[in-house]
Amino acid sequence: MTQQILIAVMVLGIIGAFFAVVLYYVAQKFKVVEDPLIDEVAEVLPGANCGGCGKAGCRAFAEACVAQGNLEGLRCAPGGDAVAAKIAQLLGCAVEQGEPQVAVVRCNPANCRIVAADSTSVVISDNRRSNYDGLRSCAFENTVYTGESGCHFGCLGCGDCVAACQFDAIHMGPDGVPVVDEEKCTACGACAKACPRRIIELRNKGRMNRRVFVSCVNKEKGAVAMKSCANACIGCGKCAKVCPVEAITIADNLSYIDYKKCIACRKCVLECPTHAIHYANFPAPPVKPAPKPEAPAADGASAAKQDSAQA
Amino acid sequence: MNLLNISGSPHVHSDESTKKIMWRVNMALIPALLVAIAYFGINALLVSIIAVVSCVLFQWLIEKFILKVPTTICDGSAVVTGLLLAFNVPATPSMMWIVIIGALVAIGIGKMTFGGLGKNPFNPALVGRVFLLISFPVQMTTWPVVDGIFPMHFDLATGATPLAAFKEGSLGSDVTLWDAFLGHIGGSMGEVSALAILIGAAYLCWKKIISWHIPVSFIGTAFIFSAILWLVNPDQYMDPLMTLFTGGIMLGACFMATDMVTSPMAKSGQLIFGVGCGLLTIIIRNWGAYPEGVSFAILLMNSVTPLINRWCKPARFAE
Amino acid sequence: MGGVHPEENKISNDAAIEVMPVPAQMVVMMNQHLGAPATPVVQKGDKVKVGQLIGEAQAFMCANVHSPVSGTVLKVDTVKDAFGITKPAVYITVEGDEWQETIDRTPDIKRECTLEPQAIVAKLKEMGIVGLGGATFPAHIKYNIPEGKKAEYLIINAAECEPYLTSDYRVMMEHPEEVCIGVSILRKALGVPNAYIGIENNKPLAIAKMQEVAKQFEGIVIEPLKVKYPQGAEKQLINAVTGRKVPSGKLPIDVGCVVSNLGTSFAVYEAVQKNKPLIENILTVTGKKLPSQHNYIVRIGTTYNDIIKHAIGQLPDTTGKVISGGTMMGRAVVNLDAPTVKGNSSVLVMDEGEARRNPETACIRCGKCMHACPMGLEPYLFSALVKNGRIEDAQKHNILDCIECGCCFFSCPANKPLTDEIRLGKNKVRAMMAAKK
Repeated sequence: MTQQILIAVMVLGIIGAFFAVVLYYVAQKFKVVEDPLIDEVAEVLPGANCGGCGKAGCRAFAEACVAQGNLEGLRCAPGGDAVAAKIAQLLGCAVEQGEPQVAVVRCNPANCRIVAADSTSVVISDNRRSNYDGLRSCAFENTVYTGESGCHFGCLGCGDCVAACQFDAIHMGPDGVPVVDEEKCTACGACAKACPRRIIELRNKGRMNRRVFVSCVNKEKGAVAMKSCANACIGCGKCAKVCPVEAITIADNLSYIDYKKCIACRKCVLECPTHAIHYANFPAPPVKPAPKPEAPAADGASAAKQDSAQA
Repeated sequence: MNLLNISGSPHVHSDESTKKIMWRVNMALIPALLVAIAYFGINALLVSIIAVVSCVLFQWLIEKFILKVPTTICDGSAVVTGLLLAFNVPATPSMMWIVIIGALVAIGIGKMTFGGLGKNPFNPALVGRVFLLISFPVQMTTWPVVDGIFPMHFDLATGATPLAAFKEGSLGSDVTLWDAFLGHIGGSMGEVSALAILIGAAYLCWKKIISWHIPVSFIGTAFIFSAILWLVNPDQYMDPLMTLFTGGIMLGACFMATDMVTSPMAKSGQLIFGVGCGLLTIIIRNWGAYPEGVSFAILLMNSVTPLINRWCKPARFAE
Repeated sequence: MGGVHPEENKISNDAAIEVMPVPAQMVVMMNQHLGAPATPVVQKGDKVKVGQLIGEAQAFMCANVHSPVSGTVLKVDTVKDAFGITKPAVYITVEGDEWQETIDRTPDIKRECTLEPQAIVAKLKEMGIVGLGGATFPAHIKYNIPEGKKAEYLIINAAECEPYLTSDYRVMMEHPEEVCIGVSILRKALGVPNAYIGIENNKPLAIAKMQEVAKQFEGIVIEPLKVKYPQGAEKQLINAVTGRKVPSGKLPIDVGCVVSNLGTSFAVYEAVQKNKPLIENILTVTGKKLPSQHNYIVRIGTTYNDIIKHAIGQLPDTTGKVISGGTMMGRAVVNLDAPTVKGNSSVLVMDEGEARRNPETACIRCGKCMHACPMGLEPYLFSALVKNGRIEDAQKHNILDCIECGCCFFSCPANKPLTDEIRLGKNKVRAMMAAKK
């Protein structure tokens, strides 16, 4: 009995020792020399591997930071300034503070929601022009045709952005256009990259989170654009005329508000004939300061618009 | 007018569906079920019904309350699992409750833990069967005596399967090849009649649900391998034809090894899979602890199916 | 290898080709072909005649566009095409039907072609001929064989393996001689000894007729083909006729073959012998639930609605899908006000029940897609790889060899949109390759 136990112990011991030697040898032979700094940098990153920085993942980002030695052109959007400061400390370099940003969906939910001609009421109606029956992927639907709404620039509603979000911050809204959860959004930009029509844009969050933006990317001529969607930007330029800080430019029949210049006065919102300019997080609808202040829209319309604007 | 539908091409589809395939497999199992009822009487019918109902019920419960996904019991795959499970157990009264445990293991562990239909690496019915064989060895090897067609009395006198008898050194001389082919032998209820199984397999081949590759390579390998052994020593090893018609080779080769989910897709891969099953079956039968090795052979080959799929690619047109 | 057998549904086989009247207004799109749009060379108010050049090919990959009608140019603007995408176009108000004098409109068949190969190719370019098999590849580029390569075979695709389509069949039945002359011209342009016209065995009348006519011509061989979809796909056709296989990533000319469509050879005849630019399509109007089936000769630019109105009055209430092309590779049309373009071969109306896809269920790894794939690829694998973002692996498994024939989706019992997924994957692979460059 004792002998058997001894044999077993010896056999296992010899096998163990043999493999230990092999493992040690292999570990020495194929050792990868790596800057320990990479591990330290990777440690402070959020670790979501969202790819927002343009690298394959957090580890790759850390490698890039260490290789470069500074943070020029490298920014971890989810981590924001806090992480940037930590990395800068590790690398021993300066860091510039960035304005916090958020993803903004620039499409009116016109598939279902049309502001009536007198702009006093919001009509909810299914305004689909066709029924998409293929693979639920925006990138693919975009190659098949114009989309259910009939607008060749508008949201396709299959949710490629939702699938791309690593932070559960974007969801399909009830009207077929995605809604961004501002609390969760880290402005990594994954959704903006996933959108085949480039509808989602990263914009500065703005003071008190208040933002004004053109919620349309339709570059067609006014009449054509209006045919696809009643809320399309027709590039009329009225907004640009009233803007006190020249933040609005018109190009290719489309108005664009530069978020760096915008002071969120909302004069353009009142001017827009197609209600394509949306605003977010303001306590009340804008009021015309004209001699005879007249509410531009009934409460229902404005409230609904703000809802969608918060999207 | 309706809204126009838009999709990428193609705009037509063959009328194939998973549901159709599964129900056709069920159709193909009917001859074997009828033979089982004929030989083992009402017990066979009851065990089958209990197995099918419990499989369907467990699938429904798991999908509805645990996974919280739309239920898919109508696609018939749980019915196939239930029938195959019943076919792999003896038709005895004690099976009527044991088979419920088998159904839970087959559906719960064999299938749903991996994500349901199409994602299971092992054939669920065989997972259930092997679980029962290991957990209830006595009940699982208590074979009812085959007592003519449509037996009216159900005593618990137990007989042995030809394989078990052979393992113990005496193949009952009264078992003829013809009996084995028709199913007049002891065994699990669905595997006894090679004829009924072949009828079902022919139907599946006709409907293009299975191809000949797996059954032929499985049975062919088993035949050749056992024939070699038999030629070397006819006293120690079983007659190759008898080998094929007794035990589960026919049922396994035609219905369980050909399970789409767990077998390779390319024809070349299917041949390798069949050969592997055949070799392992004969090895386990002759040198293993159990008299029967089909279930283990198929499960082992199931586990290498992904590797076979990786290796055996269809012939590329462009090369 | 591979292939499927969809229901043929050639219900418009016996409808002789009719002439569709010219509508009151015509919208002619400037990109009716693969490549860059043609540049409009007319202005608002210009008078145009039938066959006059209105869009000139300036880019390399481009084709001329000619006016299909006579009248006044209303405007040079944009129009939404059949898929709702805005494209440049010329609007013409139709006045009378005055043709250019150079066009020979007599019904006489002109056999002799004295032009040199170079001149033939130049003529194809001038007349705006493009491949009418669906890809609308400009013909003058195809027949201008690049240096260092040599054409040995000319193969004419008359398989018409797509369900429903009958326009090629009607052309063979009604204009076999013109087709053969067109093929001879193409043969001359390439300088190859033999041209093979591949026809599927399910068209015995067309095979008999073509064989009879081809006897009068030197070097035209009629090649009956096995009935199988996609027999008319370029690579499959080359294999069926010559036994050669086009290697992955190569073109037919790399194995010495040039493949052309039957409709193209008819257009070539008209262009070279009759000086008639490509201004007409031969088009099938069909559908199981339609009151009548038709084959038409239609001026390019007639809208889908005009065609439907003339052929059947209006679409049935139960219409579920309108397809331009066949059911396997055609494209679903969303905008019926859009003008037809070169290469349109049908207006196929499907019923609601016929058109809807069934809901997708789980893949049961049956391998039917793999066995149906005529290229020997693994669609189920691409589906999984693309879904999980493994684009490089998809490329390694030759996803770019896919010819998008649709056999995988057709045969999938789980109704997985495999062809869609593969197309998406191919786009992603191409984007990845472009990014790497």
